[in-house]
Amino acid sequence: MTENLKASACDVCEVNNRASLKRMGLNIEKFDFIVALAGNPNTGKSTVFNALTGLRQHTGNWPGKTVARAEGGFEYNDKMFKIVDLPGTYSLLSTSTDEEIARNFILFGKPDVTVIVADATRLERNLNLVLQVLEITDKAVLCVNLIDEAERHNVEIDIRSLSKELGIPVVAASARSNKGISELLNAVFQVVTGNFICKPKRISKLSGKVSKAIRSLTTMIENEYPGVPNPRWIALRLLEGDQRIIDAIKSGEIIELTGSNPQAVV
Amino acid sequence: MENKNKLIAAANNLRYEIGENLHDYVIESIYEEASDIASKSVKNNGKTDKFNLDAKIDKIVTSRAWGIPIMLFLLATVFWLTIEGSNVPSAFIASILVESLHPLLRDFVGITLGMPWWFTGVLIDGAYLAMAWVVSVMLPPMAIFFPLFTLLEDFGYLPRVAFNMDNAFRKAGAHGKQALTMSMGFGCNAAGVIAARIIDSPRERLLAIITNNFSLCNGRWPTQILISTIFIGALAPPYLAGIISAGAVVTVALLGIGFSLLLSWSLSKTVLRGEVSTFSLELPPYRPPLFFRTLYTSLIDRTLFVLWRAVIFAVPAGVVIWLTGNIEIGGVSIAEHFILAADPWAIFFGLNGVILLAYIIAIPANEIVIPTILMLTVMATKVAEVGSGAGVMFELDSVSETSAILTAGGWTTLTGINLMLFSLLHNPCSTTIYTIYKETGSVKWTAVATIIPLLLGFIICFFVAQFWRLLS
Repeated sequence: MTENLKASACDVCEVNNRASLKRMGLNIEKFDFIVALAGNPNTGKSTVFNALTGLRQHTGNWPGKTVARAEGGFEYNDKMFKIVDLPGTYSLLSTSTDEEIARNFILFGKPDVTVIVADATRLERNLNLVLQVLEITDKAVLCVNLIDEAERHNVEIDIRSLSKELGIPVVAASARSNKGISELLNAVFQVVTGNFICKPKRISKLSGKVSKAIRSLTTMIENEYPGVPNPRWIALRLLEGDQRIIDAIKSGEIIELTGSNPQAVV
Repeated sequence: MENKNKLIAAANNLRYEIGENLHDYVIESIYEEASDIASKSVKNNGKTDKFNLDAKIDKIVTSRAWGIPIMLFLLATVFWLTIEGSNVPSAFIASILVESLHPLLRDFVGITLGMPWWFTGVLIDGAYLAMAWVVSVMLPPMAIFFPLFTLLEDFGYLPRVAFNMDNAFRKAGAHGKQALTMSMGFGCNAAGVIAARIIDSPRERLLAIITNNFSLCNGRWPTQILISTIFIGALAPPYLAGIISAGAVVTVALLGIGFSLLLSWSLSKTVLRGEVSTFSLELPPYRPPLFFRTLYTSLIDRTLFVLWRAVIFAVPAGVVIWLTGNIEIGGVSIAEHFILAADPWAIFFGLNGVILLAYIIAIPANEIVIPTILMLTVMATKVAEVGSGAGVMFELDSVSETSAILTAGGWTTLTGINLMLFSLLHNPCSTTIYTIYKETGSVKWTAVATIIPLLLGFIICFFVAQFWRLLS
């Protein structure tokens, strides 16, 4: 999977990438792609955001610093990107306002790619959120941040195997010292342009009864809303009785999802 | 329409078949999957000293015995450095902006451009002076306070504060995370109110929003620091003055935390009854702060941001101050009318008419309370040697001169103490009120959050004043 990213030496060359990144700060009137930035609290999302946009959103070493969405822009390879920094959350399944902001944006904001920032020193816990995001969206990149801290703790992470397991590009980074940002940009670019087709990991360890229920609801949803990008996830939410999704079906908001995102789920 | 309802009905039926614990079941499978993937790609080559060092530090700074004293010590150190460090640069900036530039601008607009006196008055004596005052009073303490605070934050200390306070908040019937939103409030109450979004339960979120105003925000730190230096520090011998003043500010800040807990407790026992939710608080690893970057971002993000806000609010307030001081009804200015009318019962509360008028003018921003008070005091007492006319803020190049003016205006130690208390306990600034309304969507709760602190302020000041007069 990662081979795709390393097509040629020049593609990942630090100098090349720096030259093609133009930080646009708050100048986001026109854009070609939307990037969502999700992740657990205190993994450095805002630091990644700042590194990409050149903005100086306040960062701090404590969980829950970003509570509202922050937006910025950058230009890369002549394409304009709008990037949205979402509040850090441990999951997308509960009902707190910050989780809802994050979840609704990933679902209804229709980002062209969701960058999930994870803490390398606490990867297992962070993967819970990664899997939840991958249930909602196909197009994602995992940025394993704080990799230098993990190295100091003698934690070794096999980026390639992680990428293979999750079915999305995975990049090791230390956003604080600007390491890995070029590789992240490249991965984002590959996903939004469709050069890298994500085959995201979906939860498979469900019992027969639940799987069957999900399957039958999924079929109903696909028939009712052809082209909806994540029927399986919607089915799961309906089964759990998620009021926000029920409302979205009642109000017809769900139809909007079928529009610009024609790629169907595998 | 029909299909939609069919779909929802089908989901309801299936949910009934599967049983209720699907939510937990899904979460469990996600955890299982995550642990599976992690086991394949993460290799942990033995524990290292770093982890142990973090744990060792945490054992001390979050211990029952040492957690709170260490917190107080750090807070007091930050204030002490701020108080000791900002006097000289404050005087320096004031001498440039106020002493040198102000007369020049006044002459330029009034004489060179030949503008009428009221125009010069509104523009230079009102708007410009208010701005100059705010910059010289606020910039130095903020430029010291914010980088220090940000260094602590970057290091990872704030979550430990929350950890230490968590138990107290839970006993008060509030969410432990309220300790975090409270800490945010020490920077800015509007930010603290927004931060309450991290609390899931609507009941506990409301508690966090209503009580956030009890965190002294940075618009109020300069008031606290200045008044404490003048009235409390002066009671101590010079070599102790700095430490005593810092101690007084810490005391007021702690009082704020106390009120936060007390109000949370009484609300959760009465109108906002309910269960306390549990949560897990992650203590992030300690990270050596990137010193220069912290310095840079805290200066840009916080210091200049807050200063800019203060200036924006100070300019119109300066105009208002000048106008209230110069529009006369029956030969007496509006400001003096108000002060004379308010004085008798304000003094009953251990305050005075000037303070009340200043807090009305300063509703948009707490930052301008001190400049407004000084200007109004000069105007009301007609101190001859300072100032250059009604409604004109004047040059003050040291704390002792400020002190002289306030004493001439009839201020006592009691007035100083009560001003510090009133600065802690009064309605939130207009930005915060608006934010509370936006976050709660309720006029009722916005009104509660606005009025309760104000009432508390008057009650506490009243009792302090009565007690004080009884003793002296």
